[in-house]
Amino acid sequence: MLQSLWYSDRFRSWIMQIALLGALLGLLYWIAGNTITNLAERGIRTGFDFLAHPARFPISESVVHYTPSDSFLWAFVVGVANTLWLSVITLVLATAGGLFLALAQLAKHPLLSRLAVGYVTLFRNIPLIVQLLFFYGLATSVFPAPRDAFEPLPGVFLSLRGVYAPGLVMGAGGGWVIAASIVLLLVTIWLGNRRFRDVSLVRRIPSFVGIWLVGTVIIGWLADVPLHLESPVLHGLNFRGGMYLSPEFAAIVVGLALYTTAFTGEIIRGGIEAVGKGQWEGGRALGLWDRQIMFRIILPQALRIIVPPMTSQYLSTVKNTTLAVAVGYPELGLVVNTVINQTGQALESIMVMLGVFLTVSLTVSLFMNWFNARIALVER
Amino acid sequence: MGYKLKLAALCLPVAGMLFAMSAQAATTLETVKERGRLICGASQGTPGFGAPDDNGYWRGLDIETCRAVAVAVLGDKDAVDFVPLSGQQRIPALQTGEIDILPRTLTWTLQRDANGINFTQPNYYEFTGFMMPKSLGITRVEDMAGASVCVQTGSTTEVVVNDVSTKHKLDLQPVVFDNTSAARQAFFSGRCDALITDAGALASTRASMAKNPDDYIIFPATPYVDALTPAVRQGDDQWMDIVRWSIQALIAAENFGITQANVDDMLQSKDPRIVRFLGVDPGNGTSLGLKDDFAYQIIKALGNYGEIFDRNVGKDSPLKLERGYNALFKDGGMMLPLAFQ
Repeated sequence: MLQSLWYSDRFRSWIMQIALLGALLGLLYWIAGNTITNLAERGIRTGFDFLAHPARFPISESVVHYTPSDSFLWAFVVGVANTLWLSVITLVLATAGGLFLALAQLAKHPLLSRLAVGYVTLFRNIPLIVQLLFFYGLATSVFPAPRDAFEPLPGVFLSLRGVYAPGLVMGAGGGWVIAASIVLLLVTIWLGNRRFRDVSLVRRIPSFVGIWLVGTVIIGWLADVPLHLESPVLHGLNFRGGMYLSPEFAAIVVGLALYTTAFTGEIIRGGIEAVGKGQWEGGRALGLWDRQIMFRIILPQALRIIVPPMTSQYLSTVKNTTLAVAVGYPELGLVVNTVINQTGQALESIMVMLGVFLTVSLTVSLFMNWFNARIALVER
Repeated sequence: MGYKLKLAALCLPVAGMLFAMSAQAATTLETVKERGRLICGASQGTPGFGAPDDNGYWRGLDIETCRAVAVAVLGDKDAVDFVPLSGQQRIPALQTGEIDILPRTLTWTLQRDANGINFTQPNYYEFTGFMMPKSLGITRVEDMAGASVCVQTGSTTEVVVNDVSTKHKLDLQPVVFDNTSAARQAFFSGRCDALITDAGALASTRASMAKNPDDYIIFPATPYVDALTPAVRQGDDQWMDIVRWSIQALIAAENFGITQANVDDMLQSKDPRIVRFLGVDPGNGTSLGLKDDFAYQIIKALGNYGEIFDRNVGKDSPLKLERGYNALFKDGGMMLPLAFQ
C-alpha cells in the first residue's frame, strides 16, 4: 500500500508541490520575523501611527489643497494626486503625439517622414533623465527674472519662475458648480449616445458641447456663485494670483511626453504596417480615399496589434513619472523621500509607495486588457 | 541529478539561514578592527565639510572627524572608506550597517535620536541661513515676503522654511529638490530668490559655485542654533563612547594648547591632566577598548580641533568662516572639553 503510494507519480508531485509551498511560506515567515526583530534591535520604530501626525514640510505645488499642518497621510494623497495628474496629461499627450508621429513617418512627403524618423532616433536614444534636466535647464535659463518678465499678451507673464496668466476665480461654492457641470457633461454624452446613435459622431459632438456650455452657464447663474477674472500682479518678489504653470511641471510634462511619444509612435507605426497590404488594395478597389482607408479600415485593425505593447508603454510611463524628483516636481516619490527623512519610517513609506504604484499599474493594465478584449477579433 | 540530491540542494540554503540566525552579531569595534577599514558616510560634495580634492583625497571638517576615529581605532588616518550619501540615504545607511559612523552635517534632533540612531558629540554649531543675491536688497527674513526658496529634501530645512513662513506671514514659495546640486544650480540660475540650508554649507556653496561670491549675502533664518553631530547606530554603547571621546580628544587638545607640532613635547608636561590625556598615565584608552595613547595618536596625525577648523573652513580655507559658536567654551564658544579621567 505505502510502497504503491510512494511510487505513484501523482502522489509524489503533490508532495513536492506541498513541500515547495511550505518552504516558500517558511521563507516569507522567516523574512518577516527577522525584519521585525532587527528593527526592534536597532531601535527603529515601526507602525503606521505617524500617518496622523502633522507633516510640517511644504510641498511646492499640488492639484489638491495642501498646507503643512495637514497630516502625513494627506501629504501622501497629495503626492499620489500629483503623480496621477502628471501621468494622465503625459499619456494623453504621448498617445496623440504618437499617432501623429506614426502617420508622419508613413507619409509620402519625404521631408515629413524623415523628420519623424529623426525625431524617433533622437528621443529614443537619449536617457530620459538627461532630457528632463535639459528641458528644466532651458525653462530656467531662457526667460528673464520676474521683475523684467516678458508680457507677450496683456496679463500673461513669462519669467524664470514660470508662466502666469489671468485665471477665472470662483467664490465659495465653486466646487459644487464644477461637480454639477461634470455630471451634466456625462449625462449629455450618455443620453445623447443612446438616443442619437445613428447621427455621425462628428455631428453629435458640437451639439453636446453646446448643450453642456448652455447648461453650465444656467447652473452658474442659478447657484449665484461670484465669478471674476484675476490677473497676476507683481507683489514683493513674485507674481501673485491668476493661473500658474511652474517650470518644474512644464519640464517634466514636456520631457516625458516627447520621450514617450517616440515610443508610442513606433508602436503605432508597427501596428499600422502589420496590417496586410491587401486591406489597402481592397479599400482602393472600392474607391475609398487613402485617409478613409487609414481611419476606417487600417487603424481599427492595427489597434489589436497596438494595444498590448501600448499597455506596457503606459505602465513604464507611469513609473517614469518618479524621475520628476530630478527637476523638483513633487510627485509621490519626492513626497515619500521627504516623509522618510522627516519620520525615519522608511519601511512603511516605501510600502505605501509600492502599494500605490501596484494599484495604479494594475488598474491601467486591467483597463487596457478590458479594452483589448473589446476590440479583439471576434471569431465565430 | 537524482531527486534526493535536489532535495539536499534545497535544504542547504535553509540550513545556512538557520545557522546565520544563531550566529552572534559582532560589535562595531570588532567589525571595524577585523575589516581594517572604517566606513564613513560622507556628503555628495560640500567643500570644507566633506568633498574629495583634485586628487580624489577626501578633505573637510566632517571628513577629519572620521579620520580621528580611524586613528583611534586602527592607528591610521587613511584607513577610512568614504561613502557619498544623499540627505535621505544617510540615516538608513547608518541603521542598516552600511556605514560605521555618520559625521555628515547632521542636525541633532529629537525625532532622529529617538528613532534608531545615537548622537555622539557636536563637531559644529550653526544656524540655518538664507543666501540671496545682494542685488535684491534684502538682508533679513522679515523682508522676504513672497520669495521663492530652493530647498533640498532630506534636511531639517524643509520644516524651517515652513516655520519661518508661518511665523512672519511671508508666504514663501518653496521649490523642493531631491539632490543638493540640483537645488544649488536652480538657485544660481535664478529659479529661486533664496537658497536655504546650514549657514556653513551656504558659505561652502558660495565659495565653490558663485561666479562672484561677494554678490551673495547669507543671513540667519531662525534665531536658533543647531548642533551638527556625528551619529552612530543605536545599541552599541562602546562604539558611541569611542566616537564621542575621539571628537572630545580634538577639543580637549585645543583647550590644553596641544597642537600637532608640540604634542611630542607635551608628553613631558608637568600637568597631570595633560599627561593623563595623552595616555602617558595608563587607563583611559583601555577603558574604551582602544590603545592608551589614542588621543596622542589623533593629535599627532591631525592636530587639534582649532587646527582642523582653520584648515578646512576657517581662516586658512576659502570659506574663511569665523570661529563664532565653534570657539572653545573659554573663548565664548560652545565647544566644551570634558574631563579625560
